[in-house]
Amino acid sequence: MKYTKIIGLTIFIFSFTLFFVSILFSSHRLNDKTLEGIENEYHRAAIKQVAGAEWEKEYDLNFKFHEAMKPVLKRAQVLQDSLAGINPEKNIWNAVNLPEGVTDEGEYRIWDDIVKKYAATLTESNVTSITANRSGLFFFLVFVLGTIGALLYLLPGLKKLPGIKHDGIFFNQFQKGIIPILEMVAVASVIGISLWVVWQNENNNGPAYVRTTLIFTALILVLIGSYEYFKEGRMPWKPGTSSVGNGWLGMLLGTFLIGFYVILYFAPQYLYNCIRIVDPVKQFIRNDPDARASQWFLYGFLYTVVMFVMGIRMMIKYRHNRYQLIRTGSVLFFQLSFAFMLPEILGMLNQPEINLTTPWPLDYDLYDHYNMTNLLEENKTTFLGMNVGVMMFVWGIILTLVIVPLFTYIYGKRWYCSWVCGCGGLAETLGDPFRQESDKSLRAWRIERYVIYGVLVVVVLMSALQIYHYAFGGDSSEINLGIVDINVLNLRKWYGFMIGSMFAGVVGTGFYPLMGNRMWCRYGCPLAAILGIVQRFKSRFRITTNGGQCISCGNCSTYCEMGIDVRSYAQKGQDIVRASCVGCGVCSAVCPRGVLRLENGDTDGERALDIRNIHIQMEDVKILN
Amino acid sequence: MAQQENKVQQVEHIVIIGNGISGVTAARYVRKLSDKKVTIISSETKHFFSRTALMYIYMGHMPAEDTKPYEDWFWAKNRLNLIQDHVQNVNTRTQTLSMYKGEPIHYDKLLIACGSKPNKYGWPGQDAEGVQGLYSMQDLEGMESYSPTTKHAVIVGGGLIGIEMAEMFASRGITTTFLVREKSYWSNVLPAEESEMISRHILEHHIDLRLGTELKEILTDSNGRARAVVTTSGEEIACQFVGLTAGVSPNIDFVKNSKECDIDCKKGILVNDFLATTAPNVFAVGDCAELMNPEPSRRPIEAIWYTGRMMGETAAYNMCDKRVKYSPKMWFNSAKFLDIEYQVYGEVPTKPTEHATAVYWEQPEGRKSVRIVFNKNTKAVLGFNLMGVRYRHEVCEKWIQDQTHVEEVLQQLGLANFDPEFFTEYESKIIEVYNKEQNRNLELKQKRSLSAVWRFLKGK
Repeated sequence: MKYTKIIGLTIFIFSFTLFFVSILFSSHRLNDKTLEGIENEYHRAAIKQVAGAEWEKEYDLNFKFHEAMKPVLKRAQVLQDSLAGINPEKNIWNAVNLPEGVTDEGEYRIWDDIVKKYAATLTESNVTSITANRSGLFFFLVFVLGTIGALLYLLPGLKKLPGIKHDGIFFNQFQKGIIPILEMVAVASVIGISLWVVWQNENNNGPAYVRTTLIFTALILVLIGSYEYFKEGRMPWKPGTSSVGNGWLGMLLGTFLIGFYVILYFAPQYLYNCIRIVDPVKQFIRNDPDARASQWFLYGFLYTVVMFVMGIRMMIKYRHNRYQLIRTGSVLFFQLSFAFMLPEILGMLNQPEINLTTPWPLDYDLYDHYNMTNLLEENKTTFLGMNVGVMMFVWGIILTLVIVPLFTYIYGKRWYCSWVCGCGGLAETLGDPFRQESDKSLRAWRIERYVIYGVLVVVVLMSALQIYHYAFGGDSSEINLGIVDINVLNLRKWYGFMIGSMFAGVVGTGFYPLMGNRMWCRYGCPLAAILGIVQRFKSRFRITTNGGQCISCGNCSTYCEMGIDVRSYAQKGQDIVRASCVGCGVCSAVCPRGVLRLENGDTDGERALDIRNIHIQMEDVKILN
Repeated sequence: MAQQENKVQQVEHIVIIGNGISGVTAARYVRKLSDKKVTIISSETKHFFSRTALMYIYMGHMPAEDTKPYEDWFWAKNRLNLIQDHVQNVNTRTQTLSMYKGEPIHYDKLLIACGSKPNKYGWPGQDAEGVQGLYSMQDLEGMESYSPTTKHAVIVGGGLIGIEMAEMFASRGITTTFLVREKSYWSNVLPAEESEMISRHILEHHIDLRLGTELKEILTDSNGRARAVVTTSGEEIACQFVGLTAGVSPNIDFVKNSKECDIDCKKGILVNDFLATTAPNVFAVGDCAELMNPEPSRRPIEAIWYTGRMMGETAAYNMCDKRVKYSPKMWFNSAKFLDIEYQVYGEVPTKPTEHATAVYWEQPEGRKSVRIVFNKNTKAVLGFNLMGVRYRHEVCEKWIQDQTHVEEVLQQLGLANFDPEFFTEYESKIIEVYNKEQNRNLELKQKRSLSAVWRFLKGK
């Protein structure tokens, strides 16, 4: 049993390492063949003309090549500008000298965003990459072997007797988490650094992402050092080592995940070789030997594989608890079918590749000008006599306005958050080992309410502006609101960056080992905010407390991933009705005295107000007085 | 102004010795009921923590901080003064406590909630290094410090703490021998079938359970550390740690040794129906209190969490001059034996008695069971004993209070089911057993339903 685990872990670490090391397995050079990736002939010619020493120079690291291409492209940009007759000194800002047949300046000049795009294009064009040439082999070594390794590590868990298995979690450097003050600093650093990344990008200056990750790692290491230094004074009351605080392996893992997300979102060209590994899957699904995977396909595939492996872990751990088994089965089903396969199938049918189970405002693109035009005007396909684009749009509206409130009324927020949602699905599988790291303090609850409803307000305003823009805005992305002009596209871009990428992705998953597995769901998700409001005020769902059986041990609070202090209700004999509860059912599972139960019932009566654990009835007091 | 000063002087000072569940519950209720000055004294820890969670700290399930049911700001916010010190002497004539470190404290009303200490029966070597019980935070620290040098531990006494200790050591890979005097685990409380189920489960967890075996002597090495135990059968078992878990008794030596103290004690501090002791303005609750007139079928000292909490609440009323009789009503308790949860409601004798009999169902795998005890003659339901199955407290309580006919209970049994959603419902299996034994033809009429439970509890 022990050896199986060691062998499994070794295989897994091999595959995991190979996946990331494959970043190094390619060589690049700039030549005519590489330039075929660029369609515009004027641009091709310009690049060739200014390439100089870079022409035919071989690079064996894709990010080095990527960096080397930036100055070349800059030079090409300058060249085209001067050929076009641009002369800032004479205040000439528009092309005066275009070749015959060119009407649009953009066909001749190279805009800034095109420079960025070409850098990535050239990096991915004409690559000699082992992973691309041997993608089948690498797929086997990384994904098939990696999964086998992980399962070998997990399956011996079946030999233990079924029951709650939490031994040693708070001794585990991966799982014990970090203390609140470090959490604050970590959040502040991520926000600060992401703003810095934007600034760097605007200035187009150097390999910002690599530096970002390095700086973040250094910062975390400094924090660990200072924590260890001040530790003694802060925690006088701490038998043994069972304590939150110095989970440094978790910090490293968190830093790694944050780095991965930053690169995935903002610098996917670095992952070129990794993406090639999943080409065979894309080719198989599309039944097209020339199909190429994108960074999002890699992400979706990796996400699904990780969820399945960790879902199996969850099922082994909770095999005595049928609620957990069925719930885990449900998130895996929705991830595989609706989140992963359905968009692929829609793509094959030349339809918008959307996940039909993601309601607005989690899907903040729904009311986008581009999306609405696409669905309502440009989609000409019909199905059962109805326009598919219009159907999808109407379904999106029904999902938010009818399905969300109705299902939440009947089953509580959990029907979505811990049964359907992809973010929730990852949190409940990959994130399960980290659920105990959520902050249970009253202060955290206060911060949570400001932040999550703040995001909700922003997304509602943004969508309102988007709809207004679509209906009345015309071609300009500026909207005049009387007092201020608002650029809707910029607003959408910023929301996408700060909330969609940084909060939901980088912090949402990167912070699993730092602050628990539901950071995004608890503090950020605007859909969770809406579901929560319905659950709090009009729902049949609640967690009931079994009379006076609570012993205030606190297992429920410790293992609540949403940081609800479940015990504070249970020890009063009070039912739990909280906006944030996602109904994962773990509090009920870990309770050693059978005190908690997730239930749906009539909403009559005073939902959470009944304090039943008072043993003195006031009549008694009167009689004896 | 003078009037105001007068008022300030009149604020009564309530002093509580002990910050366990009883003392803290009392403090909380005194604060709810009044504006009196409240001081809680404990030498164990500054803040209240849940004693029942000690094992989870050791096993790494919970950080020590999480065992505190209230955040640290709670005490100042509710004006509950905390003093970490030890009471040396209780003078009930001058109403003064002498302290180990600090100045003497004057009280207007005193509540003693100082808990218990592990029993020691005069075994040779019982005070050696590496020999201890598990009750306090200091005991936990002791276990923690002996663990790195312990390969095998012997646990003496077949109760709830003993099995907890065995589970704790197992989580650290330390093997244990578990000496139990009875022929089956906890058979003085559990009926035979349940007791055997737990005995089997202990063995399943590779704990060396020795039934019908007692401790004779603890042998020590040259450093005074336990090195082995000798059992009554003469066997010597090598070990580095001996857990003494043969019950607890009130920790009231400081009261018994106090001078000018009119508090009468027997095994515990004697209290009347209103939890008042024999000395004026002194009350006692929890593990250390011994009821002079316990209710029929109840013991004078009940060292459990739930009675401690109820006593604390009752004492708060009495200290705030609202006279309330301590009446714990239906007996209930719960525990967890390794992976098997246990709940009990009402009267569950270990053997059928003159008036009580039971219907008992056990899952074929032998890790779940339900026992419903009822009166042979009137058929009124008396109690429920659950293993690995959760039942609703309020529903069972109402059935027992109303002396509901057992057949009515069986047909409505779904009301009591508190297992998580999608768990198999065993109610009809229990009815099958009853039908077979009593030659009846009952059927389950009510499945699990929260709405039905509310209708039932509201009496509709």
